Amino acid sequence: MSATATRAFASGGIVVVGGGIAGMTAAIEAAEAGHEVLLLEQEPCLGGRVARMHHYFPKLCPPTCGMELNLRRIKNEKRVRVLTGARVKAVEGGPGSYTLEVELAARMVNERCTACGKCVAACPVERADSYNYGIGSTKAIYLPHVDAFPMRFAIDPQTCLGESCARCVAYCPYDAIDLRERARTVTIGAAALVIATGWQPYDARRLENLGFGRYPDVVNNLQLERMASLSSPTGGKIVRPSDQGPIRRAAFVQCAGSRDQNHLPYCSTVCCTASLKHASYIRQQYPDAEVHVFYIDIRTMGVLEDFAMKVRKDEKIILHRGKVAKVEAEGKALRVVAEDTLSGERHELVVDLCVLATGMQAQTQLEVRPGPAGELPLLYDSFGFVAPGKRGGAVGAGCARRPYEAAAAVQDATGAALRAIQALRAGALPRGNRAFTAEPPKEASKRDLVGAAAQRDQQHEGR
Amino acid sequence: MENAKLGLYLCSGCGIGDAVDVPKLAATAEKYGKPAVCRTHACLCSAEGVKTIREDQAREGLNTLCLAACSPRVMTEVFDFDPRETVVDRVNLREHVAWCSKPKDEDTQALAEDYLRMGLTRAKRMELLKRYESETVKTILVVGGGIAGMTAALEAALAGYEIILCEKSDRLGGFLGKLSSRFPHTAPFEEPEPPPTAALADAVLSHPRIAVRLSTTVESTAGQPGQLDVTLKSAATSETIRVGAVVMATGFKLYDPKKLGRWGYGLSPNVLTCEELEHQLAANVLRRSDGRTPRSVAFLLCAGSRDPEHLPYCSAVCCRVALKQALQIRRLSPETKVYIFYKDLRSPGRHEDFYRHVQADPGIFLTKAELREVRPAKDRARGLEVEVSGTALGERLVVEAELVVLATGMQPATEGDASHLGLKYRQGPDLPTIEHGFPDSKFVCFPYETRRTAFYTAGCVREPMDSDRAVEDATGAAMKAIQAVELTGQGRALHPRTGDLSFPDFFLQRCTQCKRCTEECPFGAIDEDEKGTPKPNPNRCRRCGVCMGACPERIISFANYSVPMIGAALKEIEVPDAEDEKPRIVVLACENDALPALDIAAMNRMQLDATVRFQSVRCLGSLNIVWIADCLSKGIDAVLLLGCKFGDDLQCHFIKGSELASKRLENLQETLGRLMLDANRIRLEQVSIMDFHRIPEIVNAFAAEVREMEPNPYKGF
Repeated sequence: MSATATRAFASGGIVVVGGGIAGMTAAIEAAEAGHEVLLLEQEPCLGGRVARMHHYFPKLCPPTCGMELNLRRIKNEKRVRVLTGARVKAVEGGPGSYTLEVELAARMVNERCTACGKCVAACPVERADSYNYGIGSTKAIYLPHVDAFPMRFAIDPQTCLGESCARCVAYCPYDAIDLRERARTVTIGAAALVIATGWQPYDARRLENLGFGRYPDVVNNLQLERMASLSSPTGGKIVRPSDQGPIRRAAFVQCAGSRDQNHLPYCSTVCCTASLKHASYIRQQYPDAEVHVFYIDIRTMGVLEDFAMKVRKDEKIILHRGKVAKVEAEGKALRVVAEDTLSGERHELVVDLCVLATGMQAQTQLEVRPGPAGELPLLYDSFGFVAPGKRGGAVGAGCARRPYEAAAAVQDATGAALRAIQALRAGALPRGNRAFTAEPPKEASKRDLVGAAAQRDQQHEGR
Repeated sequence: MENAKLGLYLCSGCGIGDAVDVPKLAATAEKYGKPAVCRTHACLCSAEGVKTIREDQAREGLNTLCLAACSPRVMTEVFDFDPRETVVDRVNLREHVAWCSKPKDEDTQALAEDYLRMGLTRAKRMELLKRYESETVKTILVVGGGIAGMTAALEAALAGYEIILCEKSDRLGGFLGKLSSRFPHTAPFEEPEPPPTAALADAVLSHPRIAVRLSTTVESTAGQPGQLDVTLKSAATSETIRVGAVVMATGFKLYDPKKLGRWGYGLSPNVLTCEELEHQLAANVLRRSDGRTPRSVAFLLCAGSRDPEHLPYCSAVCCRVALKQALQIRRLSPETKVYIFYKDLRSPGRHEDFYRHVQADPGIFLTKAELREVRPAKDRARGLEVEVSGTALGERLVVEAELVVLATGMQPATEGDASHLGLKYRQGPDLPTIEHGFPDSKFVCFPYETRRTAFYTAGCVREPMDSDRAVEDATGAAMKAIQAVELTGQGRALHPRTGDLSFPDFFLQRCTQCKRCTEECPFGAIDEDEKGTPKPNPNRCRRCGVCMGACPERIISFANYSVPMIGAALKEIEVPDAEDEKPRIVVLACENDALPALDIAAMNRMQLDATVRFQSVRCLGSLNIVWIADCLSKGIDAVLLLGCKFGDDLQCHFIKGSELASKRLENLQETLGRLMLDANRIRLEQVSIMDFHRIPEIVNAFAAEVREMEPNPYKGF
């Protein structure tokens, strides 16, 4: 599909790519300081990976709580507009004038949806639940999750039977379903750009000796985190995926892919603290279970050390300095073979669950189109992280820039908002020793409905 | 409001019409509330529904709306009315009635009727919001001229703000500025690099919007955000300036090595700290006290850090500092052998490359180890002996070292120092701290939220961090300070009720100077005069309502949230006679966590006992005990309070709201005893937003318990 000439957003504002915790933070922080922001998220709802988590370390508090506040800020702040189902494919231009090529997914459910849920009963087909990383299923028409923003259903075009079925259309009392809607590509202009496209876990199948993808009871740390969430298909119970059985003994393999020149040479920073947190989840659910953690160095930096100390008081959480050589089947269970790099001893453990603390990898690399003089609007480093560019240019935020824990990603994104504001104001600043005055806020209710920008495109295209 | 012109709108969509008789509901409510306009709509949030409201408003001049439809957390962009022009109360018939109750049941109908009367009562008692007017300035004060302070100053100045940067020493640069090199922060992360502080200092000094005050400290800070009067003191002068917000970036101090007994500091002049070694290396020198170049150097990491007897936390940078110094030593003196003994070697992110680079040097031996002791070698001329255990080379290892270097940890510069801000606040001169003296917020999602509005901390005074992180942290803090001056200038609240225009109003004629409000405000917003009369500072206020809850005279109110308003709404709950055996329970629920959790429970169609009536509160800390007294005297059988977790890992967004409510409750329970009422009638539960599974259980179990109790004897009085 060719890009239309539509500019869904006037140049003059900030566009934030990515609606996870970093993108949401960058957007709302800039808006609350007086700037127009368009927040683009490729999923049907905001929240990214943080919204799927059970608890944050070190407080073991639910991220949903802060998410609720951030969503409230976004709902109340007229200067932020949100476009979900918007995948940025390419970026060109430079400071003051970027052009993004954005594919808008066909949600097929418009803003008339009230999330009443009547359609669900009508839908005859099911899909794997992407919000739960594929654990469990939903109907083809689904609410991304019970606390989603926007609070609106979506249809999975891959599974939906289309107009030949259309039972949901008949069930919907609000005329909110349009099965003829198709994905389309638009261009969006921006004066300043923040890239907060987040991270993904390193593909553990590449660590062949660790059995990920071969044995269902070898999971990565993200899957474990999701399983522990009260809104997961197991209702928060941590079980062996193969047979839903209990955990008597579990092993954690640290640096699964990280600090390894054959995989990710860097340290992913968060996995040590995350695994200690995960170990505490298991211990809380199974008072008799043993948890063994195989590590190179435990890197609980700064005051996170307090949390590590607390977890390590549990005698049934046993830390081994060592490298896991392999994970193999042992009847219905798993055998973990490791070498203690201090004592040189060989450990063999039979476990119910083996969790790979897989490293963080940059999630998305946008196609970056050079300008006439070959200049690039955005730079990536050799690992796909957004590289620091020139002042005034596009800025990375959060884990698109480097591995971060949530609090640090929030700090980074707050700073990224300021960098974007500087870029916007660069031309408008008074000379000399005189302060900038932000424009008075526009008080009229001019906030578009979520997705209204997309709607306007449609109207434009229709003309 | 006095000239309220009320419109009542009832939605029958999303199953509301299936659960309750909406026309009957409308008729009852109309009779009760006497609205100028009353309409029902099949889908109030639709474009047509909203249009109807807007047209009615234009035609009838409605300034007060009661919208009985879905949760106020959804469809916010649809039901969007300027609170300065229209008062809106949203009655949650969908989540709180239709989705959690038995349809077409008389108890469900009664529930909806109660909620409508409560909503109409609240709406009528709300006032339009008017901004708090104050002449504010947007200048930002940065305290501390190290890398964090300079970054905050420059980044905010580049966005157009005037900055005053004060530094207590006679030069910019801070700790890092005194070093000749830092560990690498740029690819390929292999060689030490010059610190960026000199270039940063040049940029700061030459920036037209930054005024740098060297050899200057903050003596005192008075006033409120937007109007902070800061007295700066230097040797000769003292001057008072007005600023809008403050970034405190006063850095760290190194832990006193003399406190580390067995680590050997003071035992020999050849036991140094990393800082002392750094001075040698900066001058390209490596020598022992006798002038000789040491043939062996042992680095002992975590000297004081990760040690419950000293600093329990990790100081974040020492591992990498030691790696850098080891490399420098090897460059200066290739004959010198270096040992690095660590607990865990911590080089996060790309700094792993640097670690790998240092490991490649065969003259640097690294091992995990626990220090036993540093002692003089038997042959004194040879220097010192370091005994460690648990190493890769065996359980016990003794090495001779001609020089021992201790990587001592970081403490916030505020520790044991005179106040860096000198706040003239009733609650004290410093930013409150939580752990280890760091004024961090301890909110993972909101790391900048200190307990003093418009004061932000950045860099190592907040938490140990490397210089890259300090730069990021300071940039973020500058952003928050900018936001603070912008929002304060508009009379709007800062986090977490960002943008809120309401603020507490004190009817001081009735004040009894009990000082509860000034003591309990989580943000130190209220000062007091000599007599103890509160002196409110609306720009410091975060609008939680804790003061309103604390006040025994009930003289503190917001235009759209007050003790009489909620009290009146609760009185509208119809209490059946005792013989009907239909108890009534009021649940006061925090709108930040408990209420969303109830919404999510309703999304999952979890059923709630129909005896229960919810009333949301800004924070459980805004709970005024009189509400409970009113409920009980009216015959309500029990009251349940749902608030956020308090204690060490608190989750309350207003820090101690739920904790204060719990204290107030303890006092109340004594009173109940005197009234011969069972103390079990009042209960507080700590919940989080993810307790949506548990909340219906909690509520229903409480209701079951209440059914077993005798009816409230005050029914019918």
